[in-house]
Amino acid sequence: MGNEGKQQFKWVGTRPVRPDGVDKVTGQANYGADFTLPGMLAGRVLRSPHAHARIKSIDASRALALPGVRAVITAADFPELPSEVVAGGESPVNYRHISENVIARHKALYEGQSVAAVAAISASIAEAALALITVDYEVLPHVIDVRAAMRPDAPILHEDMITSGVEPKPTKASNIAARTEFNMGDVEQGFKDSDVVIEREYTTQPVHQGYIEPHAAIASMAADGMTTIWCSSQGQFMIREFCAKLLHLEDAQLRVIPAEIGGGFGGKTTVYLEPLAVALSRKTGKPVKLVMSRDEVFRASGPTSGAHMTVKIGAKRDGTLVAGSLELAYQAGAFPGSPAVPGCMTAFAPYDMANAKAVGYDVVSNRAKCAAYRAPGAPISSFAVESALDELAIELGMDPLALRLKNAAKEGTRALYGPKFPIIGFVETLEAAKAHPHYSAPLKANQGRGVASGFWFNIGGQSTAAIHINEDGTAEVVTGSPDIGGSRASMAMMAAEVLGIDLAKVKPLVGDTASIGYTFLTGGSRVTFATGKAVCEAANDIVEQLRARAAKLWKCGIEDVIWKDGVAYPAQGQTDARTQLSLAEIAASAARTGGPITGKAALNVGGAGAAFGTHICDVEVDPETGRTSVVRYTVVQDVGRAIHPSYVEGQMQGGAVQGIGWALNEEYVYSEQGQMQNAGFLDYRMPVASDLPMIDTVIVEVPNPTHPFGVRGVGEVPIVPPLAAVANAVARASGVRVNDLPISPPRLLSALQKAKA
Amino acid sequence: MSKHHISLTVNGDPTEFLCETEQTLLDVLRDELGLTGSKEGCGSGDCGACSVRVDGRLVCACLVLGAELNGAAVETIEGVAKAGVLHPLQQVFLNEAALQCGICTPGIIVAAKALLEENADPSEEEIRFWLAGNLCRCTGYDKIVRAVQKAAAVMRSA
Amino acid sequence: MATVILQPAFARRYTDGVITLEVDAADYQTLIDTLDERYPGFAEGVAIRTAVAIDGQIYQDPLLEPIGPTSEVFFLPLLEGG
Repeated sequence: MGNEGKQQFKWVGTRPVRPDGVDKVTGQANYGADFTLPGMLAGRVLRSPHAHARIKSIDASRALALPGVRAVITAADFPELPSEVVAGGESPVNYRHISENVIARHKALYEGQSVAAVAAISASIAEAALALITVDYEVLPHVIDVRAAMRPDAPILHEDMITSGVEPKPTKASNIAARTEFNMGDVEQGFKDSDVVIEREYTTQPVHQGYIEPHAAIASMAADGMTTIWCSSQGQFMIREFCAKLLHLEDAQLRVIPAEIGGGFGGKTTVYLEPLAVALSRKTGKPVKLVMSRDEVFRASGPTSGAHMTVKIGAKRDGTLVAGSLELAYQAGAFPGSPAVPGCMTAFAPYDMANAKAVGYDVVSNRAKCAAYRAPGAPISSFAVESALDELAIELGMDPLALRLKNAAKEGTRALYGPKFPIIGFVETLEAAKAHPHYSAPLKANQGRGVASGFWFNIGGQSTAAIHINEDGTAEVVTGSPDIGGSRASMAMMAAEVLGIDLAKVKPLVGDTASIGYTFLTGGSRVTFATGKAVCEAANDIVEQLRARAAKLWKCGIEDVIWKDGVAYPAQGQTDARTQLSLAEIAASAARTGGPITGKAALNVGGAGAAFGTHICDVEVDPETGRTSVVRYTVVQDVGRAIHPSYVEGQMQGGAVQGIGWALNEEYVYSEQGQMQNAGFLDYRMPVASDLPMIDTVIVEVPNPTHPFGVRGVGEVPIVPPLAAVANAVARASGVRVNDLPISPPRLLSALQKAKA
Repeated sequence: MSKHHISLTVNGDPTEFLCETEQTLLDVLRDELGLTGSKEGCGSGDCGACSVRVDGRLVCACLVLGAELNGAAVETIEGVAKAGVLHPLQQVFLNEAALQCGICTPGIIVAAKALLEENADPSEEEIRFWLAGNLCRCTGYDKIVRAVQKAAAVMRSA
Repeated sequence: MATVILQPAFARRYTDGVITLEVDAADYQTLIDTLDERYPGFAEGVAIRTAVAIDGQIYQDPLLEPIGPTSEVFFLPLLEGG
């Protein structure tokens, strides 16, 4: 179960220092805002002060007259795109919506939406110019709350939006973009056959990804249209594709150079500043740099959805789950695209249940468009289902882990969304949690213990890797995957493992869009799995070439050469020094044996490994103040294979803590006018070091058979269980169950007082 | 408007710069002096990514005006490693994988160094409260706190 | 014959409500072509928004993925992630 003590590899499963580490501990690493170009102009963005307003006119003449101002852009500087869902890269997108989210065209749909941008010779002049742009707004009624937005009399954001997935097709526009339904078995009959039925309502608030690095971009367009963008994002190819579509450029006119990225968690899987920087550069002929303030990050970049949910679960007296139904209304923000669909697909996935149904609504309202956030949609719906299961366990008098074990999905269990699971490790996480000393440790007064489980698909998709063998036998490993949390280390380790050479000889690099083939973004926990698979295949390609070179030198067939531990040996017997060729020796003879040695793999990787986690959380509730402190926390997760266990643990710990923040404190506060009231880290309360205990981890390894080393992916699963693990712990500690997140001190205090009264 | 002419030392080197009144120390370090190791995560003193020392005192560079610094001694992340040799905190952060994206790391190392100079053997609780002003969204702080404990031990035994 | 199982909403729109389909096809594209002949518009319906699960393995952009005589095929919404 643990990775130590069953070492079968030289590098995989070890804990070397990451290759990009020194730059990051010395301040030398360059993130998005750290670049400067000669002649660079400073850009600033003018944002709507209104939650919903028609833009009647924009007059920039006074701003343009300010000395030092070089250009002002509005939506008029961008082509108006048709509203259609098209296959974009790997996911369906509506470029009109992306374009309008980057710069509002006819209406501002949320406070903070960009309406114009300025480039000037200094930041202070650009800032001053913003105040000189006159926007004539017609303020419209707005709606913030998801259920209010679903009412027939709600202010309508998009006059052409007809709910999809409803038959017959509605004739009237609404804020409900889509309805999705998943069905299995006969849910109504299942509830009739149940001995116990739990039915509850839950709400969660939108929460921001909270990456510490604000969005930043520099663009420089030459007179011939050739454009270079330096920015931090989760995918340089995504930036290229979106900018090309939004500005009617060709992919080859754009070169996107990935900066180091200071956290993303899904929030940097779209464009905000990059198209504006390109348009400003096009208009000025100079490089233009745009950097968001934290205030702008909160008001204008995507959180994940808040939601309203109803859950119904039926079980036999012995704990067998018979039926489950789930209705989810997810707020998408100003444009459609909430993760209601994965919310429907994931919440019941850990359980073998014959009858299940999930209905999801994707609902727009006047707040920043949501963006992906770590296992998008899953933490929200899992909070509801895992909380209801805890109440079911209490009702049945069962241990909550035993209830989950009794119903746990295994290989061959059919998921609500259709397929049967291949080899998975959910049961193993439950057993490891049960066996963990944490689960049997005594609790003190006002303390309670909660458990919850969670599931995420993980994804594959397109990745390219290239490996170049240098003349001295060192190797460069180039991929197209931005490194958010240490993936360069795992790429180098897998390459070293396959090549059989010293890890110190392998240098990983994240290539720009012109120097490596297309690679889908860093997200979906896909990099170590999918890009890792490409790296392994590129390394295998190298090994084949090295064997061929050795065969040439030995004048034998390639089948007579074997490759072991970085050395070519003749297949038959001889092992004296003259009949061995190390990688370095073959590299030195590259010119004579056919030229440079370069391997590559360009793949569309299928077979992503579904993954599960189970968390144990102890909290202490202060009955006087309603404050909840997490006093002990353990994360158990099946990762398939941990390539670098330290960074795997780091993902598990970080995901859990983001979930703790989601459960206890994080939320958006709006004024009556629909303006965000807490757009800063002081009032948007993310967990700080003094809020937390150590986060214990148990790595479970049930290898994914589709990956050369068994990797499933790790980054997203750990944010799925914590919301319910914390809420279940609070309920067991205080005797009061709060089904509305966050369980902030005032909310819990009022629930405690209500219960007392 | 005329700019302020400021003379000070930065990481021990005599330095001069011109700045506008509203430019913060962080703006000056990043935009005027090319020292981009201090990061702007919030601009309001809440995240600690721009932690630096001014005359030995740990401050957020975004809350100090450049114009206030005549004669001051400023230390930044760029001054923590000496002559290419990493400080024990930097080495232990690498060994213990106490960083993921790394954007908060310079501020945390500067802040932790200030702690260890004041208290050579801090408890877990003291470390957690000292670093409460340094946000990290990636790690959940576990490996950071452990790394500071280990670095303290390394420094005590040096 | 491989078994194709559809979500009810998709079936209502493209297959007159038939949820379970038996198809003789050796690969994904042949399966889609066959179903499109049987239910015109089917191919377009799965083109934009769909990934496929063949015997439990999910593929985001399928074309010639092999399908066995007892395979189970599901269409899924395209999945992304954070």
